[in-house]
Amino acid sequence: MIRAGLMALLSHWRRRPFQLLTLVVGLATATALWSGVQAINAEARASYDRAAGDLAGAARETLESDAPIPPAQVLALRRAGWPVSPVLEGRVGALRVVGIDPFTLPPGDVPGDGGSFDPAFLGPEGRLIVAPGAEVPDGLPPAVRAESVPPGTAYTDIATAARLLEDGGYTRLILTGPPSLTAPPLTEVAPDLTRRAPDTGGADVARLTDSFHLNLTAFGFLSFAVGLFIVRGAVGLAFEQRRPMIRTLRALGMPRATLTALLGMELLILALVAGAIGVALGWVIASLLIGDVAATLRGLYGAEVAGTLTLRPAWWLSGLGIAVLGTGVAAAASLWQTARMPLLAPARPRAWARASGRAMRWQAGAALVCGAVALAAGIVGGGLVAGFVLLGGLLLGAALALPLVLTAALSALSRTARGPRGEWFWADARQQLPSLSLALMALLLALATNIGVGTMVSSFRLSFTGWLDQRLAAELYLHAETEDQAREIEAYLAPRVDAILPIRSAETRLAGAPGEVFGVADHATYRDNWPLIADSPRVWDRVAAGEAALVNEQLARREGIWPGDRIAIAGRDLPVAGVYSDYGNPRGQAMVGLALFDALFPDAPRTRFGLRVPEAEVAGLAGDLRDRFGLADDRLTDQAAIKRASLAVFERTFTVTAALNVLTLGVAGLAILTSLLTLSGMRQPQLAPVWALGMTRRALARLDLARAALLAGLTFLAALPVGIALAWVLLAVVNVEAFGWRLPLFVFPRDWLVLLALSLAAALAAALIPARRLARMPPAQLLKVFAHER
Amino acid sequence: MNARHPTRRSLILSALPSLAFPALVRAQTFAPLGPAAGGFAQPSRDTRLRFPADHGPHPAFRIEWWYVTANLTGPDGTAYGVQWTLFRSALSTDDAIPQAWLGHAALTTPDRHLSAERMARGGTGQAGVTAEPFSARIDDWALDGPSLSDVTMTAAGADFAYDLALATDRPFVLQGDRGYSLKSATGVASHYYSQPFYRAEGRLILPDREVPVTGLAWLDREWSSAPLEPGQLGWDWASLHLATGEKVMAAQLRQQGRAPFTAATWIAADGSPTPIPDGGVTLTPLETAEVAGRSVPVRWRIALPDRGLDVEIAAVNREAWMDLLYAYWEGPVTIEGSHAGVGYLEMTGYE
Amino acid sequence: MSEPLLSLDGVEKSYPGAEAPVPVLRGVSFDLAGGETLALTGESGSGKSTLLHLVGGLDTVDGGRIRLEGRDIAGLDEAGRARLRRERVSVVFQQFNLIPSLDVAANIAFQARLSGRHDPDWTARLAARLGLEDQLRKYPEDLSGGQQQRVAIGRTLAARPRLVLADEPTGNLDEETGGRVLDLMLELVAETGAALLCVTHSPALAARMDRRLTLTGGRVA
Repeated sequence: MIRAGLMALLSHWRRRPFQLLTLVVGLATATALWSGVQAINAEARASYDRAAGDLAGAARETLESDAPIPPAQVLALRRAGWPVSPVLEGRVGALRVVGIDPFTLPPGDVPGDGGSFDPAFLGPEGRLIVAPGAEVPDGLPPAVRAESVPPGTAYTDIATAARLLEDGGYTRLILTGPPSLTAPPLTEVAPDLTRRAPDTGGADVARLTDSFHLNLTAFGFLSFAVGLFIVRGAVGLAFEQRRPMIRTLRALGMPRATLTALLGMELLILALVAGAIGVALGWVIASLLIGDVAATLRGLYGAEVAGTLTLRPAWWLSGLGIAVLGTGVAAAASLWQTARMPLLAPARPRAWARASGRAMRWQAGAALVCGAVALAAGIVGGGLVAGFVLLGGLLLGAALALPLVLTAALSALSRTARGPRGEWFWADARQQLPSLSLALMALLLALATNIGVGTMVSSFRLSFTGWLDQRLAAELYLHAETEDQAREIEAYLAPRVDAILPIRSAETRLAGAPGEVFGVADHATYRDNWPLIADSPRVWDRVAAGEAALVNEQLARREGIWPGDRIAIAGRDLPVAGVYSDYGNPRGQAMVGLALFDALFPDAPRTRFGLRVPEAEVAGLAGDLRDRFGLADDRLTDQAAIKRASLAVFERTFTVTAALNVLTLGVAGLAILTSLLTLSGMRQPQLAPVWALGMTRRALARLDLARAALLAGLTFLAALPVGIALAWVLLAVVNVEAFGWRLPLFVFPRDWLVLLALSLAAALAAALIPARRLARMPPAQLLKVFAHER
Repeated sequence: MNARHPTRRSLILSALPSLAFPALVRAQTFAPLGPAAGGFAQPSRDTRLRFPADHGPHPAFRIEWWYVTANLTGPDGTAYGVQWTLFRSALSTDDAIPQAWLGHAALTTPDRHLSAERMARGGTGQAGVTAEPFSARIDDWALDGPSLSDVTMTAAGADFAYDLALATDRPFVLQGDRGYSLKSATGVASHYYSQPFYRAEGRLILPDREVPVTGLAWLDREWSSAPLEPGQLGWDWASLHLATGEKVMAAQLRQQGRAPFTAATWIAADGSPTPIPDGGVTLTPLETAEVAGRSVPVRWRIALPDRGLDVEIAAVNREAWMDLLYAYWEGPVTIEGSHAGVGYLEMTGYE
Repeated sequence: MSEPLLSLDGVEKSYPGAEAPVPVLRGVSFDLAGGETLALTGESGSGKSTLLHLVGGLDTVDGGRIRLEGRDIAGLDEAGRARLRRERVSVVFQQFNLIPSLDVAANIAFQARLSGRHDPDWTARLAARLGLEDQLRKYPEDLSGGQQQRVAIGRTLAARPRLVLADEPTGNLDEETGGRVLDLMLELVAETGAALLCVTHSPALAARMDRRLTLTGGRVA
């Protein structure tokens, strides 16, 4: 019985392969976007974990020094009962080489699994332990791959590292345990070493990048939601169309519970098949995007993420899981209705559409609730999560309210109708709405997101380029190799340029978190150009005199430090005179006058300068400096090059966003196409009487096209305010939380026109197939309507 | 013949290269004696041990140790135990690969057992042994001469330290056939001698106090290239200082599906050794205790009928668990029965 | 004798079959005068509905001629046939005659307005005669089968066509309801002076017509 019943149910799909395709495509796309984003996130998270488990960030105290630590000092320390293990770190090309001593390092701290070790690791040739897929430059020892190694890092024996880096001194010493009971104090044994608390670098990276991943996750979820609208539509239709069959099966003696179970099983099979396709597609999407994501995370946060994906069982299992879950959510209502359907209920072909009418009132209520939640999150909540709740409530509420809004719009428009054709057109459009509303809601979500994110990115770009112009006022930036060379260059340049602006910086802690302090020269370049978003009287005079400091926007917003407040810099308590915008840098930053900086950080290197040079002389002077001082290319950069590089980083940051945007819009277009296609099969009873009363099939097809365009256009209009609200939330709430800066909102009506044209084109393209089918439908098929019980 | 031979401590050695090389060590310990082991020097019956040269390291052999246990008594008669061990392991027959050194130290009181370990790369000066003047060191631990008959022994952990002077005028005791110690079944052998006659004096340092102590100490020196045999579950080993002046080593190797392989040496008060063959001694567990989550025998009956020895030994502190990278039980015992005295007990393989 | 309102001459029609086309009408000829009522009977599959669809401009002939008011409608293109359906003939089907998205009032007036012959007074009178005054704001799916057919009749007559076509107009109704609906239809057709071609397999219904033709095997018996 079960087999026969399942065959009967499944036969529906054989007869309607397109509906099956719709369902599978919808579910697969939804799963693909979701699991694609998840794959990227999982990869990034794994990279952070590796970085956190990295020796450099190990949860152990270290002893450090400004100078290389001689091996004799390690011996002295161990002789004294201090268990230290040396680390020698340096770079060979792009590769970070970390030399370790596997003898003295606790086994749990040794990178890689035991299998990657063999005596050759300690041999004269040595071995490198690197992440799978990492590239190792020629001329280095043979590489061994291990999962747990962070990307861009190679572990090796400390002797090998000393040879590769041509360095006999150690970078730092790891304290692997408590000292002997009889050990003398550290200050006696090694007075010149500084004891440092365990590094939490990995955790910092994870915290900073949280917002980025939350962003991606939100996008993935949105795409998934859009996909689910398709699934909901397809499943609902399939159940509706199979009502007579289900009734027959019941009448033939199949118990209700068995039937429901069979329907559930059918859904499970479909979900697993489509989910598997989706996971595979997600893998492809993630593979295509991971490179950009890695570049973004590196550029924005300095977080190293592997540029390749690892297939993790947890990932594809959760992908299948979300596909099953999504199908369940989308099909729950249909399944429930079917399970409760009385055996002898009359066949009401339009019952589904009528039920949608009732559903619309429910939706209106739900939309109100969503709106209220969004409002509450906006007013009461703070933080990134509240920002996303606000976004989610806004989008979901808008989507749910859409059918209501469109019904109202169509009612209003129908009053303008002259003649029976017009009246029928509007009435019919209104009647079609319930069947199309899921697809239109998907379109609304996609359009609103596109408008919102597009506006956000464009606003950001506008602010960013303006900011670059202000911030990069000097024509040439120079980084000397040594302070001696810097002095020589300075002497040489003094008569040749308009101004030499020293760029001095030092790492320090600002308001309890790692940050950076800059020393700023008293020069018109800063007074005229520096992008201050808040200031106080005589701001530059006070900074130059060492009486006050400037802080960047991130620090100001995070800590609530604005002009009039105070900040401690290297033990000096200074009033804040102004706040400047500082995009592309997640950390806190402060600026003080050059004299004060020298007093606070006497050891900060004096090797970097900005040079003010007349535009025409830049190229000549740069060539001159390179020749005369043998400066490498990367030591001398002109303004244009920095701007180019900055903008490149910027654009890459939003590559993923843009790609997901396009994909989401594509899914919504697909939703409309499939909805219209399935609808076209149901529309014969509505069209046949009109045709019989004297309209040509062609005219009807034209009206159908117009109707699709109209609905898409109205949806676009509804999406416009939602998208702008979305952009505002992104700029004023999410960005502030995620990056620490707030950006002004600019509108770009031309982009909207493009998007409107795009959505109209998508709707027309989607409507074209069913319209052509209608225009060519044999009259006999239309006539069947009047003769057959359907 | 005795079983206190390479097998005993080569398991400890398997933990030596800080567990960073488990695959390597597995390969070493379980590899059949073939070309891989062929590169190491092999013990020979023809070798005559020469002192003080042989107090120093033998780097051509795979494994080697300097192993001291001491039974000590405080001013109030409290029994203490001290262990000081330095292992050397050649990771490879390739001279260019540095050798590994591992130190274990412990201090046992009736109510506490404190242990520590140290690891070092050979050739860096962090650890090593010289024969003359005698000096064995790893980090802040040392067994320093002038000679191996007159040394100071120091070690420290985070919560204990000790500083003892060991001295004797007795000769070193060559085990087996003039220091060539053969193990019956597989023909594996080691070079092995002992010094069971040290008188010890010095102080124990605990976080809250210092204790002056005196007592007896026992040194084992052994080197070999023998791998561990599969099928061995672990061993129980005891060194006994009898009140009558004799010394006894008694041990058994617990084997999978077979009766234990036993070995013992009776050392007369003048230092002349008599090896006792397999089956000549019986070790019977009388009582077990829960130690570090395992069931470990802490009271034994040891019978050596040939010599009229039938004693019960009992742990001074049942919790003498060496909770190190390679964990085992080692601690002082007291002796009652046909003879009285003190000794040391070591037990491995109680998982 | 004046020219007949409708004149069929050797009309042929086949439908695609599994192997070869299946002939449904094999040369049907008859005339229908203005104001005349004609019952077209025959067994299932005899081709009577097909004949009605051809006359109504809903489908095209394979051979022969159909003249309505002297003009051949067999050669009309799609737009011409649509115009024919709008302006000169009107069909009452067995069921699903109505446009589901429009209310009863709009349904009744729809065809008349399409053809530009909407007369609100006449439409209102028709609705009253059909007993639909209270149903005008309702939608088709809210009506009973008898009510739906009355709306269909009202819509058909609102445009005052010269020829009314009906395909089993009461076939989906019970006998009593069907009888009342038929009475109304015949009464109103007579009032407007239209001719009626009614396909039915009911002898009782056929007996109410002026004339009766029976189709057998695609030909007039």
